[in-house]
Amino acid sequence: MSTFSSSFSTAVDLVLTANPELAEIVFLSLRVSVSAVLIATLVGMPLGALLAIRRFPGRATIATVLSSLMGLPPVVLGLIVYLLLSRAGPLGEYGLLFTPTAMVMAQTLLVLPIIAALTRQILADLHQHYDEQFRSFRLSGWKGIQTLLWEGRFSLLTALLAGFGRASAEVGAVMIVGGNINHVTRVMTTTIAMETSKGDFSLALALGIILILLVLSVNVLVSLIQAMENEA
Amino acid sequence: MRDKNVLHLVHDISSNRSYECDLRSSSGASGILPLELTDVGYEVAGQWLLSDINLKIEEDRSTIILGPNGAGKTLLLRICHGLLAPSRGSVRWQNPSMAHSASAQAMVFQRPVMLKRSVRKNIEYAMKVCGIDPASRPHQLAAALEVSGLEKHADQRATHLSGGEQQRLALARCVAINPMVLFLDEPTAHLDPTATRQIESMIASLRDSGTEIIMVTHDLGQARRLADRVVFMHDGKVLISAEAGEFFNNPKSPEAAAFLQGNLLW
Amino acid sequence: MTRKYFLIKHTLFLFVLMAGSSDLQAESRFITIASTTSTENSGLYEYLLPKFAGATAIDVRVVAVGTGKAIKIAEKGDADVLLVHHKPSEERFVSDGFGVERYDVMYNDFVIVGPSSDPAGVAGFSSVGNALQKIADSGSTFTSRGDDSGTHKKELSLWQAAGIDVLEHDGAWYRETGSGMGATLNVAAGMDGYTMTDRSTWLKFSNKANLKLLVEGDPMLFNQYGVILVNPSLHSHIKATDGQLFIDWLISEPGQLEINQYRIEGRQAFFANAPIQ
Repeated sequence: MSTFSSSFSTAVDLVLTANPELAEIVFLSLRVSVSAVLIATLVGMPLGALLAIRRFPGRATIATVLSSLMGLPPVVLGLIVYLLLSRAGPLGEYGLLFTPTAMVMAQTLLVLPIIAALTRQILADLHQHYDEQFRSFRLSGWKGIQTLLWEGRFSLLTALLAGFGRASAEVGAVMIVGGNINHVTRVMTTTIAMETSKGDFSLALALGIILILLVLSVNVLVSLIQAMENEA
Repeated sequence: MRDKNVLHLVHDISSNRSYECDLRSSSGASGILPLELTDVGYEVAGQWLLSDINLKIEEDRSTIILGPNGAGKTLLLRICHGLLAPSRGSVRWQNPSMAHSASAQAMVFQRPVMLKRSVRKNIEYAMKVCGIDPASRPHQLAAALEVSGLEKHADQRATHLSGGEQQRLALARCVAINPMVLFLDEPTAHLDPTATRQIESMIASLRDSGTEIIMVTHDLGQARRLADRVVFMHDGKVLISAEAGEFFNNPKSPEAAAFLQGNLLW
Repeated sequence: MTRKYFLIKHTLFLFVLMAGSSDLQAESRFITIASTTSTENSGLYEYLLPKFAGATAIDVRVVAVGTGKAIKIAEKGDADVLLVHHKPSEERFVSDGFGVERYDVMYNDFVIVGPSSDPAGVAGFSSVGNALQKIADSGSTFTSRGDDSGTHKKELSLWQAAGIDVLEHDGAWYRETGSGMGATLNVAAGMDGYTMTDRSTWLKFSNKANLKLLVEGDPMLFNQYGVILVNPSLHSHIKATDGQLFIDWLISEPGQLEINQYRIEGRQAFFANAPIQ
């Protein structure tokens, strides 16, 4: 059987012919996942920093909950977002179900614990290393955090990539809250699931190959930036 | 007495050139010393690691805190520098508001802590956060690089330097900040003799330019080479605080005498 | 406006902004319909909906799930129109007040497919009841949707009519996949099992492997699709006018003609049968 070889040639064909439907799906996937990672970063990084550096009651509990949430099945999260956004749900009046916004929300919630937990770990290690030196410099808390963020920027970037990987690879949640609507909420993963259910394995696998190439090129790009910074 | 307005003749350890640069105008006769510790104790989980510390550190050029491992030297140094708060007693500087400004005191740790940036940027960072006047920074930077002999490494990443070079950079940062008091916590504990000599030479030139040195060591030879005054500690207590000559010739406690003879203390 | 309300609205706005779309204020005119995977996978909508959009400038967004789930989505008011294929459930949907009125749209039929070796020996049977009886007697693997979909409900009613209690054999030769039609066909292909599928999904299905169409043509395998407007008096945001426009077009002569003209591999997939207006 040559499902694999025919998938590769299908993938190459799709890319070379710049298939417009594929382009639309890839663009939406990127838009949704990048937005989700950005929002999750805006919220998750300060949260992680707070957990790493400040001591307050409930800190250990929040850290444990965050770590556990990293293992939450995306489908469960999708279901929760679905129930929230449904017309009969508490946020129903905004009509966001089955829109890209709903997918961004689900992926944000999915990625947030990862980014917050990894940020906490990275900054806690850095904080331990630099704490005495910074206090010797009489550095105020916020300035110290700024320096830690800058010192840890490459590790933090890796945390973002982990988040991006989870967001772009996820199918359960976006299927539920997006509905896989053609031209509206159809992304790489939901298309793959759909083509698999239609029995079109080679097209599904071809899309999978393109998805992997996409994630791979983002990773390569980041390591290039990293290498350039190391040279400088 | 020395003139604190000008940092005179900082000797470069690799060449023999001398350097001169301005000190803060805020210092002068009314420095931040003496530092007075009254009835200081430090407790962790019901155990008193330091107790009954009554100590006055005056403008003595260099004070070496000496004693066996576990005597509490490092704890005492951190309390003096304000990194730890004593569980009991008080720590008072002559001029508290000046003493607590960022550039009045500095500390060099046993293991140097460097940012993952170039040597130059590490020094610039320290000057910036310690509030050194931007106009005088280039000058101070040049002095620090020259004194530490790190000029040719200026654009190298600090974390890629050897242990000895990193410790020289830690001291170079202090040269650039030019504090009134410099605390050192066994700065040569992990270094070979060559690196140790370079570090000691930098310490000596900082001392000679008017920075008060307060250093912890358990290395007797180093104490003899650098001390003007010795504080001898054992088992969480200060047993002796005396002129260096007096301490080494005529130690006034059996523990100190045993320590000087190279015996192990219990 | 309360502070909490304000906060929610602005948080949502941030998401919309980041998503780079204007979902809150729908830019184009569209309706959402809850429908079945069988119609979506058959490719009918891709053929039909652009024709409707051309006539009315209304986009139709299809959420394709099992009939059971589609009805749930419509009950919650998350779709404007329901287009599914299980008449008893549809009629209950209307009588419970969730829908306005049910219209017949089109039909196709179900077929029984199975391994070409046909261990139960049902090929060419004209009675689906007899075929199921043979499958059960021989203990041959049968994969069921098991997902409360229209196809699943239909299949259960056929077993019942044949007097076989499949739940007794659940997990033995009777296997519930709990998934869509395509996924269930994939399982049947992998296990050399029998299954019941609607004809259009079967025609479009690419992974037939060893599977063959074995039983067709029994009037009991008739598969009727119906369309219902979700009740706007229950959910004020239901786009009743545009939704009704879509239904009217579907059951009108032009709409019915288009349905009859859709072909899968040269064969007619659906047969329009809306009553003449």
